[in-house]
Amino acid sequence: MSLLRGTALSLAFENQPILEAVDIELDKGEMLGLIGPNGAGKSSLLRCLAGVIRTDSGVLHLGEQRLENIPHTERARRIAYLPQQTEVHWPLSVKRIIELGRIPHLEPWGKLSERDQQVIEGVIVDADLLPFRHRPFNTLSGGERARVLLARALAAEPEILLADEPVAALDPAHQLDVMEMLAVHCSQGNAVIVVLHDLRLAAHFCQRLQLLQQGCTLAAGKPGEVLTPDNLESAYQIHLPDTQSAIDTLLNITWSRIKK
Amino acid sequence: MLGEIRQSRLLGLLCAIAGSLFLFSLLFGSQAIPVFQALQETFDDTSSVLALILTEVRLPRALIALFAGATLGLSGAAMQAMLRNPLASPGLIGSASGAALGAVIALYFGSAALSQFSLPIGGILGSLGATLLVYLLAGRNAGTLTLILAGVAINSLTLALISLLLNLAPSPYAVQEIVLWMMGSLSNSSMDNFWIMLPGTLLGWMLLLRVGRALDALTLGEETAQSMGIDLPRLRWRIFFAVALAVGSAVSVTGAIGFIGLVVPHMLRPFVGYQPGRLLAASALGGAILLLAADILVRLLPAQTEIKVGVVTALVGAPFFLYLIIKSRRYSQ
Repeated sequence: MSLLRGTALSLAFENQPILEAVDIELDKGEMLGLIGPNGAGKSSLLRCLAGVIRTDSGVLHLGEQRLENIPHTERARRIAYLPQQTEVHWPLSVKRIIELGRIPHLEPWGKLSERDQQVIEGVIVDADLLPFRHRPFNTLSGGERARVLLARALAAEPEILLADEPVAALDPAHQLDVMEMLAVHCSQGNAVIVVLHDLRLAAHFCQRLQLLQQGCTLAAGKPGEVLTPDNLESAYQIHLPDTQSAIDTLLNITWSRIKK
Repeated sequence: MLGEIRQSRLLGLLCAIAGSLFLFSLLFGSQAIPVFQALQETFDDTSSVLALILTEVRLPRALIALFAGATLGLSGAAMQAMLRNPLASPGLIGSASGAALGAVIALYFGSAALSQFSLPIGGILGSLGATLLVYLLAGRNAGTLTLILAGVAINSLTLALISLLLNLAPSPYAVQEIVLWMMGSLSNSSMDNFWIMLPGTLLGWMLLLRVGRALDALTLGEETAQSMGIDLPRLRWRIFFAVALAVGSAVSVTGAIGFIGLVVPHMLRPFVGYQPGRLLAASALGGAILLLAADILVRLLPAQTEIKVGVVTALVGAPFFLYLIIKSRRYSQ
């Protein structure tokens, strides 16, 4: 029984097809990488799964229930969404932003409970944000901002985290930090769908990849099966020499984070 | 720099200030009255002059200042949070100018003289109508910019219609009456005025005070808020309706009182850690404080003709707003 399953998802905008009969499946404990060229429909697919937009046709299941039959707040407790670019409109402190992640769990008038506080403290430590907790968001660097926003999404304790390019514009070390946080979330019995442009990160961290092209699934499966010279040429218009060493270079990250 | 204060302490402090100003407002006027004696006479139910001044003149004026100020502060905070735009004011979606148009129509056709209810009802209907027009014009899933533009368009239209009515006014007296009303004033307030504005403002407050958490979520943008379970079209509709109802009710009794809804949220934002939800209640109290204070100031100023409170709030509010802009400019550098 898969955690999240979408069948024949289609979406169009002003008669322009964006998604055409895409299937997607996510299992417990799994990190699924969505890859594909710009405009392939990765972000739109993620938005549909997050309940931000509705597909024109197709069926989405969360566990055994139809996604559209699940009340908004319950869905928000189970699925967290981290958009590509999150603007934070007021100079809130780091801790307050992370507290926002608990909103789906709160009663209409309720305050943060002891347990809410524990979860918040936990993600602050996990995201290595302890020194920044009282800093206003707008004074943080790009890497710190990315960690705060990810921590906000994780504070909801979602079964499924949908992250749209969470490592874009981050340096190699911060990229590893963020991917590591996603991997830890999966290892705790949850699941992650992550949109990535960095194919090496995708190959290294994701158990499965789904390659989208012009709104259709071009390939899906283990990284080695998806990242073939043929697929890359067709999707990205890039040439990969069909040699073992070239493919090994693509599928493996040879650097690692120096722990502080 | 001034920092965040614990919410209960902040609200307590603001309540205390608003309460003191409310009492102060009962004390001050063209006639200094011995309050305790007046209170005693009021409770003794002797319809003495002192009791009448207190219950029929001072009390409604103070109550209306309290409620109208709170409405403007609360609506301003809600609008700025919903549109995530620090320049938003309660009037942005047409509620204030719509109310003004409705009230002016009532004044113009003289129906205001027939029944004291026709002016506020005209105001509330005008406010709801203009806001609905902005809402329909912008469309159900409108972006913030579209909403603001639709508001600007409807605001100019209503102002043009008000000018047209002034232009065509049959007598200079009608013009004067309309112009004076539009300056915004709390003098000549009666308890009937207060009862007229009460239901609309209370209903608006109840709706607005409940959206705090959704407005907090909107800090992270519309998509994130939706993924967090916020029903965005419903939230927007609720805020539109509540602001139109509350501001329409208040403005049609007080006339146009500018700048409170714009300035108060800015003044209080640092104290609530910039969190939109926590700003709502604080901003309501802040608006009440500002309008009560302005109304007391008006009474203390030695002037032949009483200066209208709307003029004072704009005169004080505009330079203060400039100061805020200059300060924030320094921060961003």
